[in-house]
Amino acid sequence: MEKTDLLNKQSNRRGFLKFLAMTGATAFSASVLYPVFSFLRPPKQREVEVSSVNAGKIEELKKADYKIIRFGNEPVIVIPEGDKFLAFSARCTHLDCTVQYAKDKHVIWCACHNGKYDLTGRNISGPPPRPLAAFKTIIKGDELMITKTA
Amino acid sequence: MKKQFLKLYSWVDDRVQFEDLIKFFSKKYVPVHRHSIWYYFGGVSVFLFIIQVVTGILLLFYYKGSADLAYESIQFIMSKVQFGWLVRSIHAWSANLFIFSLFIHMFSVYFEKSYRKPREMTWFSGMLMLFLALFFGFSGYLLPWNQLAFFATKVGTDIAGAIPVIGEPIKIFLRGGDDVTGATLSRFFGFHVALLPGIFTILLGLHLILVQRQGMSEPLETKESKMVPLKKMPFFPNFFLRDLLLWLLVLNLLAVLAVFFPAELGLKADLFGVAPAGIKPEWYFLFMFQTLKYFPSHIVLFEGEIVGILLFSIAGILWLLVPFWDRKSSRGQRNLKINYLGIFAVIFIIVLTTLGWLS
Repeated sequence: MEKTDLLNKQSNRRGFLKFLAMTGATAFSASVLYPVFSFLRPPKQREVEVSSVNAGKIEELKKADYKIIRFGNEPVIVIPEGDKFLAFSARCTHLDCTVQYAKDKHVIWCACHNGKYDLTGRNISGPPPRPLAAFKTIIKGDELMITKTA
Repeated sequence: MKKQFLKLYSWVDDRVQFEDLIKFFSKKYVPVHRHSIWYYFGGVSVFLFIIQVVTGILLLFYYKGSADLAYESIQFIMSKVQFGWLVRSIHAWSANLFIFSLFIHMFSVYFEKSYRKPREMTWFSGMLMLFLALFFGFSGYLLPWNQLAFFATKVGTDIAGAIPVIGEPIKIFLRGGDDVTGATLSRFFGFHVALLPGIFTILLGLHLILVQRQGMSEPLETKESKMVPLKKMPFFPNFFLRDLLLWLLVLNLLAVLAVFFPAELGLKADLFGVAPAGIKPEWYFLFMFQTLKYFPSHIVLFEGEIVGILLFSIAGILWLLVPFWDRKSSRGQRNLKINYLGIFAVIFIIVLTTLGWLS
């Protein structure tokens, strides 16, 4: 009787110590891994909220086939079309390459995987799954302003 | 002189007992048969890895891993540093030959079914090293910070981001932000010169210890036909000297390639420039790149690229797990299906690489 008591006591004690060791090890791993993973996650850079951007002088824009401008962190392609200007996000919706305008074929073209968009931004051939987001163009005096469409 | 050396040797031997080690290393034999040539490619891969470590360390003395300075520091290495062009060109060529040699090594092991029991762990460690080598190539490609590398990295990390659920966090982890920027370069630099070499070295150690411990795999056919004792050659010094001779030839090949086709630098990356026409990834990614081109933008409800990426991932995992589903070879029976599958994979890779290269 006494012997089993002793054994029970011992196994209780062993179980308790095991529990302590396991919780300790878990807490230790968590306290090491959490800072490491947090460290690896890049901090959010405060982005300047951009609502409109000056794309440059109208005259110069008309001379070029197209121009890539920075809209905050986003490249935007500006294409002169008649008297007007078209502007789209220049990020190919396929795999993030920067698109260009092939004037002779009247398509917006991505060199990476031969994706094509028409001049409304619609994906018309190749792998792109979605159309390019359009931007608004406003002529202010002799300069062109680009704004986000609401 | 010799006496002093012997004294030093016995001093060390007293403390570490070389006897067991020498026994461990001297028991390995290399089977001699008509497929013996494939045994050399593991050694060639190790040799090229050593070259990568040495030339990589040399480049580190001048390379600067930041978006403002990376391109210029490589220009400096190529034009001002004595033999800088040679060291960088050898590093670039050796990287390509390394991956080529790994592919040959992997496919030869596959066709010989050397992955069968008891060498499953050797196969896994080898496959992991192959994946790491591809990641080595991918991360190293960005370091010159030129236009091609910039877009290759955009595409490559975006592909990782297309994986459902875990893709987006992986993409941000790799890029160090939402976009490919200088933060990406810093990370890739860290992967390329610290993280990957560390993990690779551990795996390589494990791989070599396993090979040493289990000895060289013998082809199934010789076992099957119960051919009278297979001819063997001691690894040391017989096979090792042949290894050295081949390494010397590879070194010569490297020198010729590096001198006549030095590594190019291209144009500096411009975060707001357009993707140049004719953009292509490194040749070892070309077959996947080319395959993705043939996927339409949508397959039923899914984006074509996601279907393509999932198919490649599944194929890669099945390939990795071949020791588990090829039961026949483990039992010592012939399994022709494995050969057909392997031949299909080789032809697929060759055809699509060629198509991608020509396009």
